Amino acid sequence: MLKYIGKRLVQSIFTLFVIITIVFSLLRLMPEEGYLGAAAEKMTEAQQEIYLTNLGLRDPLIVQLGNFYQGLFQGDLGKSITYRTDVPVVDIIQDKMMYSILFGLGAVALSLLVGVPLGILMAQFKGRWLDRLGTGYIVFVVAVPAMVYFLMIQMYVTGWFGWPMLFDEYNPISFILPLISMALGPIASYAMWMRRYMVDELNKDYIKLARAKGVKERTIMFRHVLRNAFIPMAQYLPATILFTITGSIYIESLYSIPGMGGLLVDAIQRQDNQVVQGLVIFFSSLGIIGLILGDLLMAIVDPRIKLGKGDSVR
Amino acid sequence: MGLYTKEIQNISDKSNESLFDFAVADDSKAEETAYSNYSYWRSTWRSFLKNRIAVFLLFMVVFIIGFTLIQPYLPSQKSPTEIYINPDTGMQDRNVAPNGEYWFGTNSIGQDLWSRIWEGTRTSLYIGFVVAMVEVIVGFTIGALWGFSRKLEVPFTQLYNIVDNIPTTIVLILMSYILRPSVSTIIIAMCITGWVEMARFLRNQIVILRDREYNLASKTLGTPGYRIILKNLLPYLISVIMLRMSLAVPFAIGAEVFLTYIGLGLPVSIPSLGNLINEGRVLMMSPDLRYQLIFPSIVLSAITIAFYIIGNSFADAADPKNHV
Repeated sequence: MLKYIGKRLVQSIFTLFVIITIVFSLLRLMPEEGYLGAAAEKMTEAQQEIYLTNLGLRDPLIVQLGNFYQGLFQGDLGKSITYRTDVPVVDIIQDKMMYSILFGLGAVALSLLVGVPLGILMAQFKGRWLDRLGTGYIVFVVAVPAMVYFLMIQMYVTGWFGWPMLFDEYNPISFILPLISMALGPIASYAMWMRRYMVDELNKDYIKLARAKGVKERTIMFRHVLRNAFIPMAQYLPATILFTITGSIYIESLYSIPGMGGLLVDAIQRQDNQVVQGLVIFFSSLGIIGLILGDLLMAIVDPRIKLGKGDSVR
Repeated sequence: MGLYTKEIQNISDKSNESLFDFAVADDSKAEETAYSNYSYWRSTWRSFLKNRIAVFLLFMVVFIIGFTLIQPYLPSQKSPTEIYINPDTGMQDRNVAPNGEYWFGTNSIGQDLWSRIWEGTRTSLYIGFVVAMVEVIVGFTIGALWGFSRKLEVPFTQLYNIVDNIPTTIVLILMSYILRPSVSTIIIAMCITGWVEMARFLRNQIVILRDREYNLASKTLGTPGYRIILKNLLPYLISVIMLRMSLAVPFAIGAEVFLTYIGLGLPVSIPSLGNLINEGRVLMMSPDLRYQLIFPSIVLSAITIAFYIIGNSFADAADPKNHV
């Protein structure tokens, strides 16, 4: 087990290194105006050159990369250029994170509370109207681009109830719609996976044996099927929870919640290379940590899994 | 001793050299089997027809695709990019509600929404189909090599472990941020992320199938690898490939909407469903102008749901286990 964790960690650190290097090198290909900010028009060619040299952008790529890693180990992701001039990227991210964590955790909790029971009920009433209704919902949410129904919710539901259209920190009612919208997708995927694993499990022979022995349907469901069906879900849980920190890009900018997802959109639109770079690295690290935790959680939940035997592909 | 020598002598007399030659793969012989009425595609089609909803949606999709192709040549169609001027006032026909002349109304600068929607559908479907094709071709090639060749297995698995750890949204955003927006760069950005899933999926299927007895038999008879892949494995994988392909279309369309929303989509001069929805979103606050958001949304939802359901029911139908 320990050996597996060690191997997994080394692999992830290597992956992260590859990603950061690629991201860093790719962003050097961007037009240099992105580094000059608003002052670009006032500067002469020579001044621009000096400015860029001072930023270290005229050094060879290897030196730049070395400097960048040096900063990274000290928790320095560079300074913002156009988004909030000269404010360290780390500080910007810190300011925004609270809102995203709040909404993200709320949405995950909501989708677990609704999605898992929905999946269980759909498996129990397979082929009946409840199952069909749920399937219809899942198909709609998965197939249609999220933008469409997010907009419809914001447009009509706010009108029906007279709720505020935008997020307001001091008005709890304005929290409801963003939370529900954010949970719609995860509810569908939790329900879909739960139903599939439950149905798989229900078709197995040991369930038939349990029925033949006269075990109560309730006991079969909760003690046997549910526990086994939940194992594959465990793998994805940490990743979904961690990813809530990054916030939903759509929801945060639609309801103007000052979180991380909206920040990425802002930074892209203002061509703030440093902030984009910092965010991309931050998001990738979270994704990688989520995957490791998922694998570990799965190993803990399911005693049958012995990790470390060969490299398996998920 | 004498007994065995005699026995061996006996065997070697009866055998001859030609029995130990490799059999030559002969295409016509390979197809020569006992007559059977079973046709894979006919059975697939028959099972597919049983799902009424999917058949209806298939007709709808065929109709929509056909219509987007012939729409510009129909009589009395307006140009999707021209700004129309009202002859009476000399002003642009801005935000005209749907009427006899502008069937879906006009947008905020006086362009005809009806023709813009069909032009946008054309662009979005084009992106979707190209991405789906590239995904299938690249994904199948890599997946087949990965699953079939034992030498490539380890490096490919390591590569996959790295690539898979990178969130796809991030790659999509980063690629479109670096490449300047146009139809081809959007397609490139989506293809870079798209094939991974497909390759992984096919690889897992091929690993399961490649050691089945019939493939072992094929291999011992000296069938070349490419032939095993194309003739023995591919038919098994068709249903999976078709499913992934039909799902790739709605996801590509959705990704285009997403990229447009965060400001990395196509330029406004090229109508696409993402662009139209984004234009409509800006005007959402005034109830009279909501038609500009609702019409593209309806078309978009209809297309994506149709592809999703058709793909799923086709995959069910293509699975020989479900054939009668």
